[in-house]
Parts: sequence; C-alpha cells; structure tokens
Amino acid sequence: MTKVKFVLLNTTDNVLVSCQTTKIGESVMVDGKYCEMMTPINVGHKIARKPIIKGDKIIKYGVPIGSAITNIAIGEHVHLHNMKSDYISSHTRQSQAGE
Amino acid sequence: MEGFLRADGRKGIRNAVVVVYLVECAHHVARNIVANINHDSVQLIGFPGCYPNDYSLQMMEKLCTHPNVGGVVLVSLGCEGFNREKLAQTILDSGRPIETVVIQNSGGTKKTIALGIEKVTTILTNIADVERAVLTTSDLVIGTICGGSDGTSGISANPAVGACFDILINDGATCIFEETGELIGCEHIMADRAESLELGQALITCVEKAEQYYTKMGYGSFAPGNAEGGLTTQEEKSMGAYAKSGSSDINGIIKPGDIPQKKGLFLMDVVPDGEPKFGFPNISDNAEIVEMIASGALMTLFTTGRGSVVGSAISPVIKICANPETYQNLIEDMDINAGSIIEGKNTVSEVGQEIFDCIINVASGSKSKSEALGHNEFILTYKTFDAIGPSCLR
Repeated sequence: MTKVKFVLLNTTDNVLVSCQTTKIGESVMVDGKYCEMMTPINVGHKIARKPIIKGDKIIKYGVPIGSAITNIAIGEHVHLHNMKSDYISSHTRQSQAGE
Repeated sequence: MEGFLRADGRKGIRNAVVVVYLVECAHHVARNIVANINHDSVQLIGFPGCYPNDYSLQMMEKLCTHPNVGGVVLVSLGCEGFNREKLAQTILDSGRPIETVVIQNSGGTKKTIALGIEKVTTILTNIADVERAVLTTSDLVIGTICGGSDGTSGISANPAVGACFDILINDGATCIFEETGELIGCEHIMADRAESLELGQALITCVEKAEQYYTKMGYGSFAPGNAEGGLTTQEEKSMGAYAKSGSSDINGIIKPGDIPQKKGLFLMDVVPDGEPKFGFPNISDNAEIVEMIASGALMTLFTTGRGSVVGSAISPVIKICANPETYQNLIEDMDINAGSIIEGKNTVSEVGQEIFDCIINVASGSKSKSEALGHNEFILTYKTFDAIGPSCLR
C-alpha cells in the first residue's frame, strides 16, 4: 500500500515536503518513481523531487528558497548539509551551515 | 448573491448595529445594552484608553462606516479623551443612523443602559429595509491572517489560502495579506511580484522597517528549532507565511484603515512608524483581524495549526485548519480541513477551491463556524502611523 507521505506545494518545485515520518530504507514514490530513503525523513523536511545540480536554486512554493551546495539525487534529503540560503546564513545551535 | 448597498457604493454582507464604548469606563454599560438586546446583529466593540490617539480615532471611523455596519450607538462616559463628536459626524456623513449616549448626562448606569436599548431597537427597525444590490465576487474584500501556527501551517492551510486568493483575484476581488514581520527574507521575492519598480522598492522598505522594529523589541528571526522542523533558510521560513498571498501580482501597500482604491492584491503594513512606542505591533490575533476589517475586509481567512477558535465583530472569520489532528479535535470550530493535504486526500488547489466556495456561502448569508458559535471578539489598542506614501496606494 502506498500512502502519500510527501506533498508537492507548487508544480514548479524541485522539492517535496514530508507529511509523515519516513524510515530509513523505506521505498517512496517520487514523481512516478520509487526511491529508497537513505536517511529518515521527519515531518516538515524536504526531499529532492528531481536530480539537482550544485548551484541550482532550490524551488519550494514556486520560488527559490536557497541554492544547492552539492549535487543532490532524486529522493535525497534536502537540508543544511546540501543547500544554503541566498539571503542570510542559517545557524543551528552547534554551527553555521552553508558557506 | 445580494449585499447591503451603502451610500459610498460599497456593499456589505452583514447589516450589523455596533454598540461602541469609547473608554473602558463605558464598557459595562455598552456590554449590558448588547446583552439585553441579545440579537445576532448587535455587536459590542470599543476602545479602552482615555488618552486621545489619531490611529484609534481613524480606526473607529473606518470600522463604524464599514459596509457590514448598518448603524451605530456610541457609549461615552462623558469626560474621556476620545473625540466622540468627530466620530459621530463621520458616521452621520456616511448616511448611517447614529446615536450617542453619555453616561454622565443620562443619570448613570441603569438609565443609560435603558436609553441605549431604546436607541439600538429604533436603529434595528430603521435599517431592516436598507437597500440591497447584486453582489459579485469583484465586490469582495478578503483579508487573511494566521495564528496558532505549527509545522503544518506553511505546507497546507497557508498555500491553500494562496490558491484561493489566486481564484479571487482572477475574478476581480480585492485581497489583503499582512504580517510584515514574518516576511523577512522574502522581500526580494515579493518585490518581483510588484506591479511597478517603485512599489517593489516600497515593499522592501516595508519589510526592513519590520525587521528593525522587531529587533528593537527583542525578537529573533531564524531559530535553531526551525531547522529541526525541516526549515533550512530564512527565506523558506518566511515563505510559509507568505504563501497565503498566492502568486498574483501585488498591486499596492496599505496601512491599517486605508481602503484599497482599486482591485487586486495588497500588503498591509501593520508595523507602526517611528521608534517603538506602544509595545508590540499587534498584541493578539484579533488586533490583526480588526485592522483587516478597518481596511474594508468583508471576511477574514484565518489559518491555524494548533487551533484558534476566535471570530470577530463586524466581519465573519473563516477558520482554515492546517493540521488534520487539530481538525478532528476542534471540528466544531473549523470551517475547512486543509489537513486533508497533509493526509494526501486533497491537493493544495482543491482546498483553495473549497475555501473559495465557503467564502461565497458566507457572503450569501451562511454563518461561518465561529460566527454561529457567537464569537464576536474585538480588540483595539494604541499605535502610531505616518500616512502611506504615494507610490503605494495607487
């Protein structure tokens, strides 16, 4: 049974947003193809809807929310480790991500 | 659809009588007038402060001449700072029935309550046969705010309201979004949607003002908890709130109480001008709703994840619940279940259409959930604004 676990917010987006926690190794449908999750994905997190090349804009809500800092495979978690803000650096408790 | 035609050409979807206390000292008397009449269309609003303030006077003028208001009774203690004569004159000039009762001149609490009941009853009879006119989607002015947000707000209810705004604007309606403090990081994205370069620059300036104001008030922006929730960048976080605005061109900026002079999409600049003076810009969700109404909103779309239950005096509130669990928990308070997007049962655009249909129902006279439950919240506090610049309103 395939339950919809990711939502597409805008047809031009290159990321999907998680609606339910997905476990490592779980197979999910991404843009018509099955992808195996390499990492657990929590609610609210993003995965790539298509292959993204380093330097490409990350599109969510139909607008750029930052840029890829590595190549990102389809189905891969998109977060601080592979994208950065084009506006202002993001901070976590431990470190500054992005550049 | 049919609306109530007002002398200024605007059309209302309700025909309320508002009973207005002009200082906290008159609140009890005003509340008792409303309670004794116990009629859906008779609502209590007011301003608690005794010191005069241009913003509160202007807001009260706009609220009492709102298209959903058919008549007004002002309740004054007698010695407060509020300029009741100017307010009464503005209402009279708008063609509405208006009466003022002054407690210190009327023999105190009991006698003023009795007098107020008499005045409201007369006005209710007088406005029952106010002229009706055909109401179309292009007559609608719809505001949106969010409150009690959670991780689901930005991925279900807010984009669904955006989809609904796109439908409304395509049909010639006027839509208003706000919360400039939550748009930090997307001002350049927003400026790209401005109908002119001048307006784009004004949008950027407006968000910069909010950023400075909130920094002085001790507010941060992107917090570590945001990253744990899956948000990676400041612009992504802000987009969650900004998604309510949809994807149409932005046609202007207004400040609270400014009535849009054309159709289309408007940003409301809610952050006061000058140094922080009276505290937080809007102390609670209803303060935001009241500002939307003062700018002519006939109803307000309220997105919530954790589950707000409020409504409003004057204009109905439509509650759009982002979180499917909250929806089940508070089902009697929620008009729309945008949580169905999270559950994979509906798309963003399907829920956008559902919100649009709900707007048409409420405009046609059906009561929203909060309205039917008798929620008539109202709050108005002190603020300071400079007049809006010329590049914005046109």
